[in-house]
This record gives sequence, C-alpha cells and structure tokens, in this order.
Amino acid sequence: MALKLAYLLVGGCGGCDMAIVDLSEKLVDALEHLEIVFWAPTVADVKYKDLEAMPDQSIDLGLISGMVRNKENEHLVKVMRQKCKVIVAFGACASLGGIPGMANLHENRELFENAYVKCMSADNPDGVTPQPVSKEGDFELTLPAFLDKVRPIDEIIDVDYYVGGCPPHHDHVARIVEAIVTGNLPPKGSWLTMGKAVCDVCPRNPALKGEKREYVKEVKRMHEGIPDEETCLLQQGYLCLGPITQGDCGALCTKVNIRCAGCGGPIPPTWDFGLRAISAIGAILDNENVVDELLKKYPNLTKMLYRYSLPKALLKK
Amino acid sequence: MGEEWEPNIICIACNWCTYQAADMAGSLRYSYPPTVKIVRVPCSGRVEPEFVVEALINGADGVIIGGCHPGDCHYKEGNYKALRRFKMLKKLLTELGVEPERVRLEWISGSEGLKFAEVMTEFDATIRKLGPFKR
Repeated sequence: MALKLAYLLVGGCGGCDMAIVDLSEKLVDALEHLEIVFWAPTVADVKYKDLEAMPDQSIDLGLISGMVRNKENEHLVKVMRQKCKVIVAFGACASLGGIPGMANLHENRELFENAYVKCMSADNPDGVTPQPVSKEGDFELTLPAFLDKVRPIDEIIDVDYYVGGCPPHHDHVARIVEAIVTGNLPPKGSWLTMGKAVCDVCPRNPALKGEKREYVKEVKRMHEGIPDEETCLLQQGYLCLGPITQGDCGALCTKVNIRCAGCGGPIPPTWDFGLRAISAIGAILDNENVVDELLKKYPNLTKMLYRYSLPKALLKK
Repeated sequence: MGEEWEPNIICIACNWCTYQAADMAGSLRYSYPPTVKIVRVPCSGRVEPEFVVEALINGADGVIIGGCHPGDCHYKEGNYKALRRFKMLKKLLTELGVEPERVRLEWISGSEGLKFAEVMTEFDATIRKLGPFKR
C-alpha cells in the first residue's frame, strides 16, 4: 500500500520544495510508494480547506518546510499535526527558524519599515504597511496577522523528526525518503542525519590528508580575498563553521570555495549552534589578539553564529 | 513576594587554582557572600559556553569563571582557551541583551585565598546593583 504523504510550506521560501523536485528520477521511482494527498501551495492543486476536511490521523507522513511567522502558519501547522501520524520538520527554517529567524533580533515595526518604506525599491510615500484587516470600498480584506517573532515549528506542535539544510541536499533527501519508505527510522525526536560533521566529508580537512592542524593566526571575511582551493578554509582564517555542522550536504559550499555557514544545523545532541561555535572557534584561534580581530571584523557576532538557528538559541531574545 | 531578593551566583572554579583558593579562603577564615555557589571543574578550559548560559536561564543572576593565571594552567593552555571563548561569549551575550557585567572571568591561583574572597564580594555587589536576571 502506498504511503500517504502531505507536504506543507509555511513561512519558508519554497527552496526545500525544490530540493525534493530535484530528486528527479529518484522521485519518480519513489512515487510508486507514495501517494501525495496534499502539497500546497507549491505542487499539488489541493486547497487548505481540503486538508482541513481530511480525517484525523489519516496521513502517514507530513513534511513541513518553513517557520511559523503568522497566524495562518500557526493554524496550518496545527492542522498538519492533527491529520498526520508522523511530522518531519523539513529544512533549516522548520527545524531551527532559518535565515528569517534573524528577524528575532529586531522589532516588527523595524522589519516593516525596512521592507515596505526604507527599502531602495519601495515607492511608498504614505508609509503603508500590511494590516490584518483593511477596508477596500464596501469590502473588508484580511491578511494573516503577523506574530511577534519567528518560531520553529516544534514551538507550536510536537515534531517527530528534524532535517537540516537550507535546503537539504537532494541526495540526503533521497536517503530520507528511502529510510521513511522502508521504515528504517531512529527514535522520535531525532535528526535524520548521518551524524558526521561537514569537516568529516570535506576534502580540505587537514586531518583527512594526514597533515597537522595549525592554529588560526588571522581572521578574514569572505570578501577579503579569494581562498586557496585546496587548503582548509579555517586554516586560511575564513571562519568556516564546518566543525559543528551536520555534513549531510557533502561539504557542498567548501567544494566551491565558500565557507560553511551552518545551514545543516548543529550536530546532535546540542541545539544551540552559536554557543557550540564559540567553543569550537575559541579553541582553534591562536591567541586573544585574533579573538579581538574577529570581534572587530564581525560587528554583529550573533548573526554570524546563529545565521540559521537564532530562534533555537538557549538564550532567546 | 515579601522576601527580599538575594542574588544567586554561580562560580565555576578550576580544580587546580580557583577551587584551591576557595579552600584557602576557608582555612584562613576570609569570609565571602553565601550567595556564591561553587561548581568544580577540572580546568577553566572545560567550561563550555553552554554552562554559563544554562546557569543564567535556570535562575543564576551572575556567573563567574575562575582559572589559573596565564602560564600556570595544569593542562598548559586550558585557561587561554577559556579566555578566547569567554571574550566571544561576552560579546554574544551583550548582543542578546544580557548585561556584560553578569559574567566574569578571573584568574585566581591556589595561594590567593584573600583575592578569592575579595573578588566574590565584589562580584556579589555588582550583581546586587544589577538586580535579578530576567530573560
């Protein structure tokens, strides 16, 4: 019997949907075992009300991508929990809050002002910002109300499994689909990951090449030069977060000469990515002057350390 | 709340220096505030940033880490690592809205019983001035 699958995109960008579509032939093969009953708003033509009308616990597997940003997201996530037997938080936003999670450092007023008034392309002399209810002639128009902060979905509902990545690499998605179809799953509440760090799968890693790891003597940001393509980025001073990030991506970024920014999520069991990053980076900097240089070059340390995971920080703003 | 608020201070002390200093302070009868609760760790380099943050979110109003003086670390370089992590942690906490004075790193050697008592008294006063830690 085919596994009934529902896929919901809430606050995210749709990139995780693309990662599934990127499976191409593998997805076609998997469709033999899957029956897609709901995939809105991106793929299947099923409406929210159709999902609400389905019997409770009738769907075997529910994937949710994107974080909870407004009332509508909050409502739909709860509906998914009601209808699905297993819920997977799919991708960095659903699991950790993702890039939009950095908004938690700002007030909503500031966000609206930047997006609708101050933004370079905005032509908004009256400073109009979205309102939950607005009058248009005789009609009352509504928009989902904006919540006070970004939340990963497990702040609203129970989540059975987590998948990191922004978006998850399609090879990893294939492994996940296979694990789900065959029922080969870890205990509930786990990350679906092979459990290795990005460094473990990165060809630059000095340890894998049998070389000695040196302390970092200067800190550089990505725009301050073109890194050597062979040498470990950390050794060159670029603050790559590979040592503490789940490496299910196969070190995709470092293979194209870009430092790891941590989208894969923290390696279990820790949830606080930023504090772990301080531990790891603090241990490999050569001396305290290098730390001072780092703090000077990254005037907003929080956004560097918690680029994908601020809403999951122990110390929430 | 009829009772008067008393600060809750966690001192994470390295086994070889600061913890010995606390011992010394006791033997020499130097007093320090009872608000300070000591947690012994093998080395200040063992202190993960999570220890400090977990303490704060679970009811501590201030956290002080004590280690050996530079060059004196029993494990050679643990205290240097502690310093590097601490600098970054302090910046992060400040950005997240925690008063930077709530966390402190101090080098106190095994013979500095008096310094231990003085630093704890001073830290207690700082935390009293700041008031309770609210998330």
